[in-house]
Amino acid sequence: MSDTKLKRVDLIFGEYSNVKYKVLADTLKRTNEEILEDLLESGLRGRGGAGFPTAMKWKFTAQTPGEEKYVICNADEGEPGTFKDREILSRVPRKVFSGMAICGKVIGAKQGFIYLRGEYKFLLPELIKELDGYNEFAKSIGLDFPIGIRLGSGAYICGEESALFESMEGKRGEPRNKPPYPTTSGYLGKPTVINNVETFVNVLMIMRLGSTQFKLLGTSDSRGSKVFSVSGDTPIPGIYELELGMPLDRFVDEFGDGDTKAVQVGGASGFCVPRKKFKDTVIGFEGVPTGGSMMLFNSSRSMYNVLHNYLEFFEEESCGQCTPCRVGCQQLRKGIEAVKKSEKKSLYLDQLLKLSESMKLTAKCGLGQSVANSFSSIVNNFKEEMIY
Amino acid sequence: MATNNNYITELVDKHGRARTSLMPILQGVIEKNNFISDQDMTEIAMELDLSPAQVYGTATFYSFLETQPRGKYVIRVCKTITCDMHGKRTVVQTIEDMLKIKVGETSPNKKFTLLETNCLGWCHEGPAMLINEKPFSGLTPEKVHDIISEYMHK
Repeated sequence: MSDTKLKRVDLIFGEYSNVKYKVLADTLKRTNEEILEDLLESGLRGRGGAGFPTAMKWKFTAQTPGEEKYVICNADEGEPGTFKDREILSRVPRKVFSGMAICGKVIGAKQGFIYLRGEYKFLLPELIKELDGYNEFAKSIGLDFPIGIRLGSGAYICGEESALFESMEGKRGEPRNKPPYPTTSGYLGKPTVINNVETFVNVLMIMRLGSTQFKLLGTSDSRGSKVFSVSGDTPIPGIYELELGMPLDRFVDEFGDGDTKAVQVGGASGFCVPRKKFKDTVIGFEGVPTGGSMMLFNSSRSMYNVLHNYLEFFEEESCGQCTPCRVGCQQLRKGIEAVKKSEKKSLYLDQLLKLSESMKLTAKCGLGQSVANSFSSIVNNFKEEMIY
Repeated sequence: MATNNNYITELVDKHGRARTSLMPILQGVIEKNNFISDQDMTEIAMELDLSPAQVYGTATFYSFLETQPRGKYVIRVCKTITCDMHGKRTVVQTIEDMLKIKVGETSPNKKFTLLETNCLGWCHEGPAMLINEKPFSGLTPEKVHDIISEYMHK
């Protein structure tokens, strides 16, 4: 491997410690204040895509009074182009459980749940076996924090945290109004910390290495490493753990097929970056954030087809609860079809861009709000492909 | 009214009667029958002291909680972008030709249902599909042919 290559990191998938659950056992001996201080210092931000500072989320939930609190691991990985959580849960599940247990201690929760998407049901037998091991261990050291598993049933929207709670409560996965936020009112209306699979593993890594060493990776806005799911037109698709804050052109140099036209960063709900902007785009919270999804497209691909595929996806996965999203997704899809068929003039695209902006402002949850990300970045950068 | 379906009673006994048990119970019915009938929903509603409309509302929200009869093997081919780019259409075509059904249909012998679905999380190895809960990735027409043949003989 030449040294011009992006630095590979081996934290998330690194080997377990020799003694089972050693880092967890050591961390449980520390005070909650120390743990929170370390997390705050590390600058860790949630790895699901939204990037909320993890220490703050935990602190708010810890401060909310209440006997009954929950820790939930969001493993409803449904964003197109993302498959890292499946890999984490099948390769290093104990690290996930440990991170959850640490959270349980800090916020004072006595129960944890993993919400696993239905598409990953095949992981269950192994996961349950590992979980039995964890639950036994917890019992043996007197830790009152069992972890259970709940399955989804094929609804992308349930990755939205409040929709996920609704689903766990046996209801339709329709997002709630916010506030209140989960830190005060989450699962069953109780204070809840809900984090992405990878975030919990990061917590454990910070506990093992200390915040100083964690901070050596990444940039000041985007600390640490990140697991990227690389797919599309690339000779080497797969899972890669890389430092945050890398420039996109270096990423493309390494993962592209030499003919990369665009990279969709952050999945269907993320942003499309065209070739001319690779150089000035940073992957991280200071630039284009991502939950890990990196899809590469070469010049043989029609960006109209890409956008059409995303819009169909959103149209089907919209929960239908709020009008901007339910109707907006349909109209955007119908609109680009009409322009393509010359039933509408190309100026109609401007109307559609306005519609997507309205959705960003008025949709109830992240699904409807983020359709504009891919819509405007593809339409604005590849206008001629939309029309001809 | 007495419960007619033993499996509903079993599922309710296993998971409990709280509303939070509704998803696991519905998923249990799918595991057993591949679809949830109106009668199942009414019985679950009675057991959990909910209105049938609430159970129906939940069941019909989720794409994997089928409420119409499905084949013994439900094939779900991923249609999201990277699988689409890497040959999803030929995969679907192969299955359609072999089973003589179109997407959305169930074979006359009730053995197979062919559906398309959104991202399955195998984007790096697309095209991909699920047969019931089992994933298959890196599909080519030849590979699909072998897999479906095997299931046809099951």
